[in-house]
Amino acid sequence: MGELGFLGLDKPEEYGGQGGDYYTSLVLAEEIVHAHCGGLAMGLAVHTDMAMPPILKFGTEEQKQAWVVPAIKGEKILCLGITEPDAGSDVAGIKTRAVKDGDEYVINGSKTFITNGHRADVIVLVTKTDPDAGYDGFTLFLVPMDAPGVIREKKLEKLGMHASDTALLAFQDVRVSQDAVLGEIGKGFYEIMWELQGERLIGAAGCVAGAQGVFDRTLQYAQERSAFGRPIGHFQVIRHKFAEMATKIETARQMVYTTAWRFHNGQYPVREITMAKLYASRIAVEVADECIQIHGGNGYMKEYGVERVWRDMRLNRIGAGTDEIMLEVIGRSYGL
Amino acid sequence: VAPIPPFTQEHEELRGAVRRFVENELYPHANEWEAARWFPNDVFIRMARRRYLGLKFPPEYGGDGDLLADAVLTEELARCGSGGLAAGIGAHIGIALPPIWKFGTEQQKQRYLVPGIKGEKIAALAITEPDTGSDVASIRTTARRTDGGFLVNGSKMFITGGVRADALVTAVKTGAEGGHHGLSFLIIDRGPGVESSALDKLGWHASDTAAITFDDVFVPSENLLGEENQGFYLIMANFQWERLLMALGAVGGMQVAFEKTLEYALDGSPGQAIHHKLAEIALQIEAGRDVTYHALRVYLAGENAVREVTIAKLRTQRTAFEVMDACLQIRGDEPEIARAVRDARLGPIGGGTDEIMKEILGRSLGL
Repeated sequence: MGELGFLGLDKPEEYGGQGGDYYTSLVLAEEIVHAHCGGLAMGLAVHTDMAMPPILKFGTEEQKQAWVVPAIKGEKILCLGITEPDAGSDVAGIKTRAVKDGDEYVINGSKTFITNGHRADVIVLVTKTDPDAGYDGFTLFLVPMDAPGVIREKKLEKLGMHASDTALLAFQDVRVSQDAVLGEIGKGFYEIMWELQGERLIGAAGCVAGAQGVFDRTLQYAQERSAFGRPIGHFQVIRHKFAEMATKIETARQMVYTTAWRFHNGQYPVREITMAKLYASRIAVEVADECIQIHGGNGYMKEYGVERVWRDMRLNRIGAGTDEIMLEVIGRSYGL
Repeated sequence: VAPIPPFTQEHEELRGAVRRFVENELYPHANEWEAARWFPNDVFIRMARRRYLGLKFPPEYGGDGDLLADAVLTEELARCGSGGLAAGIGAHIGIALPPIWKFGTEQQKQRYLVPGIKGEKIAALAITEPDTGSDVASIRTTARRTDGGFLVNGSKMFITGGVRADALVTAVKTGAEGGHHGLSFLIIDRGPGVESSALDKLGWHASDTAAITFDDVFVPSENLLGEENQGFYLIMANFQWERLLMALGAVGGMQVAFEKTLEYALDGSPGQAIHHKLAEIALQIEAGRDVTYHALRVYLAGENAVREVTIAKLRTQRTAFEVMDACLQIRGDEPEIARAVRDARLGPIGGGTDEIMKEILGRSLGL
């Protein structure tokens, strides 16, 4: 995919990207679903749309040359470390510490649910550098995954996203130089919150495409499969199920596209991104579930691939911010 | 912040002006008109003076020729505090006059469209009958050919504006067989043999929704609207616009209910459950708006927008009712929100039921 330029569609040409606009990355997020493999889509998105943007936005020229250039070629793989065993939605509650020691920092802590965590060459790591400074005590680091003390503890088994390597990582006295600091000391929390916006919109686009994909396949099934003397899709209740699913998918798509339009036109639409992420991930699960229902027993079997969509999509209501966190963010945007 | 396409900055200015008019001249009377089960005809005159009745119609008939301006008006009218009032205005300019504009003769346009845009002559669209709702092909009101015109007999039901209307744009059966190819439209002036009576309703109280009977009503041939037996196309022609108006109205209505409920909640110290409920409401409004504006863009581009419009209508109507109900839950029994719930309940029924929308969508998928 690096050879085809797909890993840098919307990235600057000076770093080997294609220099496309934001919509180009949405195209990739939508079309990758035709691989029928959520874990693949997620692994790519973490690389291109989650770990890479903060390096491009906050990184030094040396950091971009060291990591972004080979990442766009597909030669170096990126991952992003936020969540910890004891801190998920509550990002501010993370405990991984980076302590200054002369010209170096010493990092201790652990990260979990890290997509690409087993194959990655580098991690964008969220740490606390000043535990007493509240939101101003976080700092991002670019930590090479082959640094002494980085331990890939466990390949985690999951409900879905099976093709993705999800890691539990430990950091034991990992020493990095000051050059490994990404962005500003003490600004890590805000930097990662910025990153999450792009991640959520790309995720929402993937949900819409995933829902559309399973919808299309199920529509074909409903036209081919007969029961009681006619194609099952010609029963009114099944027809109406499709109408409802089509309405949900179209609505989610327009939320994503309208939000992308805002993004593209220089707005920073946190509220709308949050809404699109929440709605798209919800309907993707609902649509996948309804498609299993329409497939009946076949839907429950692995052979038809419908149950995989449900399993893969289920993560979206949790990852990149749970439904409940999304509702918190939306409400707060209105002063609640 | 740039307005979301297809709207432009100019439309946002119009939006502000319409909002001021609605808030200052309509909203303060909402309670009174709801109680009276009527709003005065003067509303049309005052709107006409501001050019609001003719926004989408061609300048040569007194309009402004901007469909989108009419969409803005529809969204803002939802702030008037009375679904019946908004419906009464919409019935005249949004569903009764458009067929005259699109299918009428020059003479018909001069007689009905021009005074209609001035607010001097009010029109209503009469299709539904006591025994015929969604299935328009089976209407029974007949128009029999007679010397110089037609004799009309039958009855119509749920006709918004039907008590006050000076002209009834009426679907009649002209072919012996009826059905899709036996339908025609007549513009029937109020006169001998035309009787209307107001219906009591769950909501839309300020609207004069009528049951109408025609008893040997003579209608001159010159009042045949469009071609004889081609009435079905006339019905279909405006459906998309009517449904878009309903979607826009629902978006506007949800928005104002949300704003008022939010204000109320922020006055107190809402718990997390209310916080999330309000966030859900806001999400539903954004969803409805995005899908409606998309349908509007496709419609405006002159493309076949049946799928997009049907989705917008289906997506917004049930949701508006649920949103109003959720607002009522937060707000307690506040009369204005209670009215909004009642008014919103018509959405999934009028302009084609949710079930009909699903049929249209399902069939468009080949099912």
